[in-house]
Amino acid sequence: MFLHQLESIGVKSLPVVSLTAAFGGLVFGLQTYIGFHRYIGPGSEAYGGPIISLGLSKELIPILVGLMVAGRVGSAMAAEIGTMKITEQVDALFSLGANPTRYLVVPRTLACFLMLPCLTLYGDVIGIAAGFFYNVVLMGVNRIIYIKNTLLYMELWDVTSGLIKASVFGIIIAIVGCWQGLKTEGGAEGVGRATTRTVVIASISILIVNFFLSKALPASLSR
Amino acid sequence: MIRIVELHKSFGQKKVLIGINLEIEKGETMVIIGQSGSGKSVLIKHLIGILKPDKGEIYVNGEEITRLKEDELQKITRKFGMLFQGGALFDSLTVGQNVSFGLERYTDYSPGKIQELVQESLAKVGLKGVENLLPHELSGGMKKRVGLARAIAYRPEIILYDEPSTGIDPIRADAINELIVLMKRELKVTSIVITHDMVSSYKVADRIAMLFEGKIIGTGTSEEIKNSKNQVIQQFIHGLAKGPIKEW
Repeated sequence: MFLHQLESIGVKSLPVVSLTAAFGGLVFGLQTYIGFHRYIGPGSEAYGGPIISLGLSKELIPILVGLMVAGRVGSAMAAEIGTMKITEQVDALFSLGANPTRYLVVPRTLACFLMLPCLTLYGDVIGIAAGFFYNVVLMGVNRIIYIKNTLLYMELWDVTSGLIKASVFGIIIAIVGCWQGLKTEGGAEGVGRATTRTVVIASISILIVNFFLSKALPASLSR
Repeated sequence: MIRIVELHKSFGQKKVLIGINLEIEKGETMVIIGQSGSGKSVLIKHLIGILKPDKGEIYVNGEEITRLKEDELQKITRKFGMLFQGGALFDSLTVGQNVSFGLERYTDYSPGKIQELVQESLAKVGLKGVENLLPHELSGGMKKRVGLARAIAYRPEIILYDEPSTGIDPIRADAINELIVLMKRELKVTSIVITHDMVSSYKVADRIAMLFEGKIIGTGTSEEIKNSKNQVIQQFIHGLAKGPIKEW
């Protein structure tokens, strides 16, 4: 059950995370390039490396992964549990000695809590590589300065804080999906409502909680 | 064995059960009849603790169960097996895994013994070689039979049947009725059957109780119910559109 959830949430989300992280990295690399080129001047674009890496690993990738998983996994959880609810499978669990909350919610929450940081770390690598690709390979920015600045100014905490956020987003997605699933009523229409509500509530919660986590987590651990 | 005292249940403004009183003896098959939406399923879900009443008590072997904590309640649910209306088989598990589900939670049997009991339970409901099939590969009648095998696998003392003959053809419905009688005879279980099918009721019942407007309005043997003077009961058992029951 738990391993199945790990696979469903983690492994099966890899394609969508790869695509969103790659294009997120490319577009963030593009705008950073334009920003440095316009406001600081030609030649300064190589200083964009740490900004791209920091912005991606702290904010953009955890958010994109959170929203993608909310859409893909959260809605599937609500649909699966909602269907179980309206076909009395949840009642059957209870009658057969399994606590539905423990049986359905705990493994999903734990799996989301563990897999979201893994997906985010994977997305960080893809996104940062995409930013590098846009600036260095496509726009001809100086590779040595770009890498040197990135390594000089980027901290391990930038990545870690993004992973902490991703774990929180994972808990939000699983709890919202399971909660909406367990309170499903009214047949197929009810299941549809539960999945829609899951995506909306989880996505908005992720965006709101992200701001407060950004505010609460220290900007840097080295100072 | 089971005593329901002044049971009340509402959902929002809708009062579903209004002071239900009913006693079911050990080894007896009690059939509860009533219109669709009259609260029959709500009533039996209280017996197994799926629903909690707003007011009233339920005694199982003398023990009041409506206020039990979850772990205490599980000792009571162990006594019950329930056949759900649509079977309620777990979609993601095979037939064998469905039938062994309760055995794994309610008993300490070895995997070998569990496997043996799974096959025995499936054989009792007339199924063989279906352990590795998934629920979507089964017909409606087979799903009900697997649901019944799952309910009897851990040898409960009481079996609850929620609309066992609904949604299947008359021949399969009769086969399910035969199984209900067989379970009573072979396993000596107490049975509570919820239905609006009078053919099924007369075949399996020791006693019949009619639920109408949230109350039990009559109880008796099949003969007593057939000869009841109550106009509501007469309208229902004869399936007449005209009579005191106006809502349908």
